[in-house]
Amino acid sequence: MSRDGARAPRGGAGFPQGGATYLGMPAFPQAADAATRDGRLRANLRHATHTIRAKRARAVAELDDWARLREAGAAIKDRTLRHLDHHLVRLEEAVTRAGGTVHWAADAAEANRIVTDLVRATGEHEVVKVKSMATQEIGLNEALAEAGIRAYETDLAELIVQLGDDLPSHILVPAIHRNRGEIRDIFRDRMASWGRPAPEGLTDRPAELAEAARQHLREKFLRAKVGVSGANFMVAETGTLVVVESEGNGRMCLTLPETLISVVGIEKTVPTWRDLEVFLQLLPRSSTAERMNPYTSMWTGTADGDGPRVFHLVLLDNGRTDTLADEVGRQALRCIRCSACLNVCPVYERAGGHAYGSPYPGPIGAILTPQLRGLSSPLEESLPYASSLCGACFEVCPVAIDIPEVLVHLRERVAEGGEVTVRGTRTVIRPAKGHATERAAMRAARWAFDHPGALRRGQRILARTRRLQPRRLPGPGRAWTDTRELPAVPAESFRDWWARTRGGTA
Amino acid sequence: MNSDGVNGGGTSRERVLGRVRRALADVPRDERPEDHPVTRDYLRVHGERTPAESLDLLAENLADYRAHVHRVDAPGLPALLARLLAERGARRVVVPAGLPRAWLQDAPVDMLSDTPALTPSELDRVDSVVTGCALAIAETGTLVLDAGPGQGRRALTLVPDHHLCVVRAADQVVDSVPQALERLAPAAARPLTWVSGPSATSDIELDRVEGVHGPRTLEVILVTGDPRSG
Repeated sequence: MSRDGARAPRGGAGFPQGGATYLGMPAFPQAADAATRDGRLRANLRHATHTIRAKRARAVAELDDWARLREAGAAIKDRTLRHLDHHLVRLEEAVTRAGGTVHWAADAAEANRIVTDLVRATGEHEVVKVKSMATQEIGLNEALAEAGIRAYETDLAELIVQLGDDLPSHILVPAIHRNRGEIRDIFRDRMASWGRPAPEGLTDRPAELAEAARQHLREKFLRAKVGVSGANFMVAETGTLVVVESEGNGRMCLTLPETLISVVGIEKTVPTWRDLEVFLQLLPRSSTAERMNPYTSMWTGTADGDGPRVFHLVLLDNGRTDTLADEVGRQALRCIRCSACLNVCPVYERAGGHAYGSPYPGPIGAILTPQLRGLSSPLEESLPYASSLCGACFEVCPVAIDIPEVLVHLRERVAEGGEVTVRGTRTVIRPAKGHATERAAMRAARWAFDHPGALRRGQRILARTRRLQPRRLPGPGRAWTDTRELPAVPAESFRDWWARTRGGTA
Repeated sequence: MNSDGVNGGGTSRERVLGRVRRALADVPRDERPEDHPVTRDYLRVHGERTPAESLDLLAENLADYRAHVHRVDAPGLPALLARLLAERGARRVVVPAGLPRAWLQDAPVDMLSDTPALTPSELDRVDSVVTGCALAIAETGTLVLDAGPGQGRRALTLVPDHHLCVVRAADQVVDSVPQALERLAPAAARPLTWVSGPSATSDIELDRVEGVHGPRTLEVILVTGDPRSG
């Protein structure tokens, strides 16, 4: 895939089949530059984020103790993370006792290998999947395809994304960038090559589109022998896994197949059964703005005569322990994937989810992706800058992740370098290339503030030459104005205005 | 315990757990997991209600999520079930083990007992399913099924398009999520399904559409008195 970013990352072209391969995506500023020029995308996003935002505020206002629930949620997650090894071992024991088999995967390749081998052992060539960010993160569908196994996404939005050969762009509503007309076209053109074709004369009414998806997927559910899922929570005390969803596709995948394979990040652990009372109040209201989502499934190993006979749990690291090693950044692991931070973010609203180059878009993606993957390419290096630091994300976060704090922390790592953990090993990274200008500018600013006379003279020169100034900067400053308009210089500096109107001495 | 290969001088299990321990170098060595207390000063219940008010709230919240809510006393349950099934034209109705057969005595339907032989495809050809529940949560409008008597395995309330769920007002209604989890703790080892309204999606331009993969119609019957003695 090209890195020039000239093509907005949507519309299908250029993405691999079922594509979760975000590697090689352009850095955020280039991708966002393209996305912000797409009027329809911006209109879809604005409508969606503002709608959910308002609904969420009402749902949260219903609970007088929201602030205390939020504190408890953050405290439970922090407590778990501080002793994650202990809780993971307890979880493993409980799942095993309940008849499940636990596997450990240090990285994406290992997780994919484990799942592929497990599916192969069943002799099956297709699996049904309930929406799972962890499996998107590791590119499981592509790995299975290479092994000749077809993975069917069954969440309506994920189906739209998969049929459209596209990428998800929102945590909760992955096809938020598509409107009903586009969805109708995708169903009409693509369903037949994946199974049952779309009905004749399909219109763009949402109810009709949902019905088409129901018919298309039901034949897959009824014959499926293997299901693949993620989980929202894993209870160490009991070995119980929890999936929250709305459509029932989750229940289909979790209960009808003979074999269930769940791939879950190690940070999804909570210590006790009782802890669910906090998260089952925080999550639905924060994400879908409902008192409770339509379906919550909880299962503990296998049950006689009910649901899968074989259950495998794959515990996924894939950068999570590296994130855990960063005392400031580890709070990102509290995330319960509610997406509230996306819906309030002015940057997400304009740039869209694809610009973030990973399954985790928006403010949480801007701190999670560079930590999970490391500051390993221009994309990851650019993400900590994909924010205005307005703080709205911190305010709505149901587990109080201080996203601006982590953004600033990561910016320092990008610009200055320093100690990080990569694949379990402490290492020192050098300042990222391209930030030399930024460092030079900071040094110049420091000098100017230390020399007020020079600063004043400079400001006056700028003000008097404002008509001659270009919209783009030449030289090293060009990187900044490539994706921004250079702001106009006011006719009078603040200091001069103060001196003139307040009569003080400037 | 696990099938993962040995890799780089240890199993992946040891590798991941080792990384976790190294990552937590800042946590004092003598700190135990329980040393980090969680302040649970959040509310157990939001507001004070009489049992009748809790039942009203449950009905209101269920209806808000597009479930059809009916109220009846225990003696009237069979007639109501017969009417609701007739209104849908339901002929084949599946019932889980432990469901009082008297509930359906007035309904002229083919009653299928749940057996392991009933495959998903066969369930797909059933018109309706009638179950009880473990409890219901008023504040959220949620039914909880725990695979106990009268509730059956999970596929039963999933594949048929019409689910009728009977809630005993006297002893199955709790106010809040914390109360529900406390009562469910002993059942934690059993599969649990929480249902709040019928299957729904908002994936297309955030227009809510009821009914994607689960039952598209959920009817909840709140019964006063003890329907088991009816």
